[in-house]
Amino acid sequence: MDESKIITQLSIFVNNEPGRLANVCKIIKSVGIRVRAFNLAESAEFGILRAIVENPDDSFEKLREKGIIIRKTDIIAIAVTDAADSFFEAADVLGNAGVNIEYGYFYTGVSDSVLFVRVDDTEKAVDILEKAGIRLLDDAEI
Amino acid sequence: MYWNPRIECMPVEELKKLQYRELKQLVYNLYSFNKFYHDRMVENKVHPDDITCLADIRKLPFMYKQDLRDNYPDKLFTVPKNEIVRYHVSSGTTGKPTLVGYTQNDLDYWTEALARSMTSVGIGPGDVLQVSYGYGLFTGGLGAHYGGEKVGATVLPSSTGNTQRQVELIQDLGVTAIACTPSYLIHLNDVANSMGVSIKNDTKLRKGLLGAEPWSESMRKFIHDEMGIEAYDIYGTSEQAGPMFTECTERNGIHVAGDIMLVEIVDPDSGEPVENGDKGEMVVTMLQKEAMPMIRYRIRDISYLMEDECACGRTSPRIGRISGRSDDMLIVRGINVFPSQIEYTLMRIPEVGQQYMIYVSREGALDEMTVQVEIRPEAFSDNMAQMAQLRAKIEAELKKYLNIYAKVELKAPGELPRFEGKAKRVVDTRVI
Repeated sequence: MDESKIITQLSIFVNNEPGRLANVCKIIKSVGIRVRAFNLAESAEFGILRAIVENPDDSFEKLREKGIIIRKTDIIAIAVTDAADSFFEAADVLGNAGVNIEYGYFYTGVSDSVLFVRVDDTEKAVDILEKAGIRLLDDAEI
Repeated sequence: MYWNPRIECMPVEELKKLQYRELKQLVYNLYSFNKFYHDRMVENKVHPDDITCLADIRKLPFMYKQDLRDNYPDKLFTVPKNEIVRYHVSSGTTGKPTLVGYTQNDLDYWTEALARSMTSVGIGPGDVLQVSYGYGLFTGGLGAHYGGEKVGATVLPSSTGNTQRQVELIQDLGVTAIACTPSYLIHLNDVANSMGVSIKNDTKLRKGLLGAEPWSESMRKFIHDEMGIEAYDIYGTSEQAGPMFTECTERNGIHVAGDIMLVEIVDPDSGEPVENGDKGEMVVTMLQKEAMPMIRYRIRDISYLMEDECACGRTSPRIGRISGRSDDMLIVRGINVFPSQIEYTLMRIPEVGQQYMIYVSREGALDEMTVQVEIRPEAFSDNMAQMAQLRAKIEAELKKYLNIYAKVELKAPGELPRFEGKAKRVVDTRVI
């Protein structure tokens, strides 16, 4: 399995109150982290900010030192040519192999559009997607 | 109308003599036959012979809720186990409940007190009494039930819940009186209205015995104006037996049957008696209890004593509406909730941090309780379903120990207020 195809996402716990997200973003900026993509999931009282950043390991330490509640999460980045087609293709391959998609989000980059997905078995997903000829991006390509 | 005119209208001096005789007898019995009371009196260097008048009760030591907990389950019982005919259990402060045992005589006195109370508000033969207090370990349901049967009313043991059916039964069976918490009565009114039923115009319900939680004159007026119900305050805790005493139709204080319960009002800090008629903490001595006597028990309810004769002719002293607690106990939907109980439950959940806040509010007619907890950093998951599971787990634990649903909100560490000195973790915004 190609380790480089596993992307590290940072997941940050944010209280769902006015100003909390702004505060987290301010800290991200103050420690000089460059965010490439992010997504916000929310329940009634808290949200999870999911971000793809440059130097995720280093950024993780910096944010943790600032007292932010943070987790590293493995995700995969699927290169997208046509949004609906690419998504169907990937979902179909994963579904047939019994891999469950927990969530996903799109990112339109400079060169490529990317679908970031979190699955319940990352390594298996990388293998079967590559075998099916679906292009996965590594960290440098995002 | 009196249920027991000899006692209820007994001249005050005679009543005091009766109380003294009962007290003296009680103290002798406990000193002689119960280890807890004997040791407690020896520790405080007081002997039954030192009690030579009613005021000498002040020489006796106080009893606290902690004593009930420390002696759980049965070390305070003063009769053989086979003489105990019933148990009731109320929620405790640290996960440990308070157990109360009753002899047949205890149940009879409890019923007698309620029979006097119900008669004093005009509930009797011909009435249909719906008991919408919880039946079971809680004292409210069974207490009101036996009292209602004693006075010859027809009792409908509906307990709590299934409110729509309760409204139907009120109509179908011609219910005339109800015993429940004030917030449940208002909820019942809302449900009735949503069914197109006006309690005031479409039912015969005219009397309510309301208690087990704090309520106010403005609620009484609302219940009268909107529902056509004369609402009477009922008082009593499981340590005393259960709900026992009510206002009479004069509605000028709750009559406390003097032959059954002796009330002192003390300064909650010093334990010294307050000036006549001043507010303070109630201290109760149960003069007739056999299975689990109570001498100078710090009940923690704040009230005041009225010793003038009531216009109804009853000579028993009255207590004013309970205006608060001298400890931190909350009453939520009629259930006693101690913040320490919540803390105890939370601290046993590994994912939960040290800080928490408790919010109590009133949404419409019902109390809502929200508990905010800080989760430990390790407990945070990127998976929303796992976070929802954690929240559900905390809610289930609280429900298990508090017997009441509290909504849980998960917060990041550092988000909840920190306190220097005494923590104020409870925010009660109910307007009563």
